[in-house]
Amino acid sequence: MIPPRPTILAATEWLSARARWHPLEFVFWIVAFAAIWLMPERHLILTEIAWLALFALSLDLILGYAGIISLGHAAFFGFGGYIAALLAKYEIVNEPVLALLIAGVGAMALGFVTSFLVLRGSDLTRLMVTLGVALLLRELANRYGWLTGGADGLQGAIIQPLFGTFRFDMFGHTGYAYSVTVLFILFLIARRLVNSPFGLSLMSVKGNPLRSSAIGISVDARLVAIYTIAAGYAGIAGALLAQTTAFASLEMFSFDRSADLLLVLIIGGAGYLYGGMIGAIIFKVMQDYLSALTPQYWPFWIGLVLVVIVLVGRDRITTWTTPFRRLAARLDWRAARRAAAASNEGQKP
Amino acid sequence: MTVVLETINLAKRFTGIIATNDVSLRIEKGARHALIGPNGAGKTTLINLLTGVMKPSGGRILLDGEDISDVPTHKRVRLGIVRTFQINQLFGDLTPLETIGLAVSERRGQGLDWWRIVGSRPDLVSESVGILERFHLTDVIEERTAVLPYGKQRLLEIAVAIACRPRVLLLDEPAAGVPEDERHEILSAVAALPDDVTVLLIEHDMDIVFSFADRISVLVNGALFVEGTPEEVARDARVKAVYLGEEPVDA
Amino acid sequence: MLTILFDGIAYGMLLFVLASGLAVTLGLMNFVNLAHGSFAMAGGYITVVLVNWLGFPFFASLPLAFAASAVIGFIFERTLYVHVYRKPHLDQVLFTIGLVFMSVAALDYVMGSSQVFVQVPDYLQGQFNFFGVGIGRYRLLIIVICGLLTIALQFILAGTRFGSRLRAAVDDSRVARGLGINVNRIFAFTFAFGSGLAGLGGALGVEILGLDPTFPLKFMIYFLIVVTVGGTSSITGPFLASLLLGISDVAGKYYVPTLGSFVIYTIMIVVLIWRPQGLFSRASSR
Repeated sequence: MIPPRPTILAATEWLSARARWHPLEFVFWIVAFAAIWLMPERHLILTEIAWLALFALSLDLILGYAGIISLGHAAFFGFGGYIAALLAKYEIVNEPVLALLIAGVGAMALGFVTSFLVLRGSDLTRLMVTLGVALLLRELANRYGWLTGGADGLQGAIIQPLFGTFRFDMFGHTGYAYSVTVLFILFLIARRLVNSPFGLSLMSVKGNPLRSSAIGISVDARLVAIYTIAAGYAGIAGALLAQTTAFASLEMFSFDRSADLLLVLIIGGAGYLYGGMIGAIIFKVMQDYLSALTPQYWPFWIGLVLVVIVLVGRDRITTWTTPFRRLAARLDWRAARRAAAASNEGQKP
Repeated sequence: MTVVLETINLAKRFTGIIATNDVSLRIEKGARHALIGPNGAGKTTLINLLTGVMKPSGGRILLDGEDISDVPTHKRVRLGIVRTFQINQLFGDLTPLETIGLAVSERRGQGLDWWRIVGSRPDLVSESVGILERFHLTDVIEERTAVLPYGKQRLLEIAVAIACRPRVLLLDEPAAGVPEDERHEILSAVAALPDDVTVLLIEHDMDIVFSFADRISVLVNGALFVEGTPEEVARDARVKAVYLGEEPVDA
Repeated sequence: MLTILFDGIAYGMLLFVLASGLAVTLGLMNFVNLAHGSFAMAGGYITVVLVNWLGFPFFASLPLAFAASAVIGFIFERTLYVHVYRKPHLDQVLFTIGLVFMSVAALDYVMGSSQVFVQVPDYLQGQFNFFGVGIGRYRLLIIVICGLLTIALQFILAGTRFGSRLRAAVDDSRVARGLGINVNRIFAFTFAFGSGLAGLGGALGVEILGLDPTFPLKFMIYFLIVVTVGGTSSITGPFLASLLLGISDVAGKYYVPTLGSFVIYTIMIVVLIWRPQGLFSRASSR
């Protein structure tokens, strides 16, 4: 057997470095879980952050990784939310976790069917089609009021205790623990996914579909796959909202929700998994503060942030993170040690 | 010799233009076949037809005698028809290592593998590095492709195609736009292609064509004009006439 | 039945005046301006202020609504939009959504969130009967005004030097630049004019569409349908698309009210999938 050459070692090291856990990631999740015990008075807003982060993560999978612009991602969010609320209201499925899974699978099915509509066409057509699908669903939910409660929203759903033991209380304690756990599990899956060969192929499809097909990638199939997965994530995010508030409304499908979501992702930065999480935290804190001042004029501030972000430049906006990233790199002592080891390896004859 | 790739009366019409006119081309296994012709003769259109980027308006394409006219591009790649592009078509945000690794993993059918981490298959990494070594790209494997020098990008174009393990390789002007001092690197890479790979080369530079090809087809106005060995084509008065811009006497 | 057709035509022609500016800007700069409706809303509110508060006659307020929206459009184009033309579509979308949200909240702040109406002169109210067809006086006015505008637009585009430059710039802005056409100036002018038309449409539309601060959001999809279904290569495309949309929306809501806007959304998606270049645009050579 031929001994591995240093370049191969270096290449393996470099390829797998991305997927390795950074110390700050541990910190992030430890803080997120510690908040279950440490910040009980903030659980309601933390729950909102958790499902919003999941929703943004879902959009990131299609926009940041696969390059599909969507103005109607709320379609899947609302669909999942209504499924969860209906299952609870009519006592079809009483276990919240099972209902959550069903909502996710339902949204995935919708995502799969509608994914064929976004395969072709320019950004503008994709915008319109995604927007159109969300509007259609909203219209449907409005029309079939006997089932969905129409414009009043779906009221009267009672969410049974989690695993039959943990009741959803009005302070959101159970809700937050539940939401952050779901977020973490789905984040882990997404993290594997984007660092896998499949994730790499998504980036290639985003970067150059012509070349992707010239190396044997079925561009359409990959887009269908990721759109379906992302729809499932969005559906679960919507179901989390519906379960933690025991309510679903037409507003879940609204254009504003899809547009807010774009903002969330853009604040945090698209194309890396923590973008949606950071964006969700900033967005909700901002919303909490500004809408306490003037709830009605909150959209003005969203709009202003969007305009400023674009005028300043999205790339430049995310440079505010550069000092943090440098700090992070310095903090990553394990990576430094490995890099040193690899370069020593390379110098040996 | 056996014919590996064949077209029968292949045609492509755009509104008002006939880009490919009744082309019947036979490419033999292991051949070094060059396709030449003046600008606008329809060479790149022919490649687009062979790879499935465009749908033919008429005629058929056979690979090993099987009709592949309706097979989509990515499946033709799996069957062994791989191309390079005249204008670089690379993944600007990926590194050469990721690009080649991706092509190798797709070729092995592991592209839908979404649980394994990139880089966790030692044999895949070593094959990728091997290809990068062959194309003298080892010193830049961790740089973003978009910032590489043009000559390196041209090499990567060919390396990506090789990573797909082609049976028939369609090279669309591999040395186009490469500065003189980096040219030999590309040409030696082309010359060093494995013997069992059949090559169809599109090229303007006659020096490259005559040093490389063992068979030459001349395409004029979308139609096959002359075909033969390099000596035959070099002697052919009509070919000279075409390249000098005169209408051939008996065409 | 004919009354519905008539109402649909009036509605469609109004949509055309509202959306035609968007069609030109989209075709000219490949710029996705989701905030087009905000300029229409500006025209609407200007009319409301002029007529209801300051006592201007309705007809005098229309040209003022046009001019004011055009000026607003021009200022926005020169100060803000110019920075966004070369950015990716995602940025354009974010930017114009931002403008929509800001305009919605700002008008809510200034004018309140409730729906407003404009006092239309008495002689424009009510219907008259014409061979058994109920004709709304106000809708007839809309058809006349919008019809004249359409003819004028067609004349400007087809008959004037500016029109031919504009068409050249739409067809291929690079070549047009090469020919010494100042594409930027053409674009600024067209943007202002299109905003003015939107403002005029907004002013005319107060009476039949209703006006409240969420107007740009509610009608965004309609404008987008007009330009995507009609295509951007001519103004006849958007014109026909507007008529089709107006008639099918009015008829759909009348005959199958349970489906609501379901019909038009479905039609839109089908058209987009079937003919991404637009139903009425010339076949693309791509």
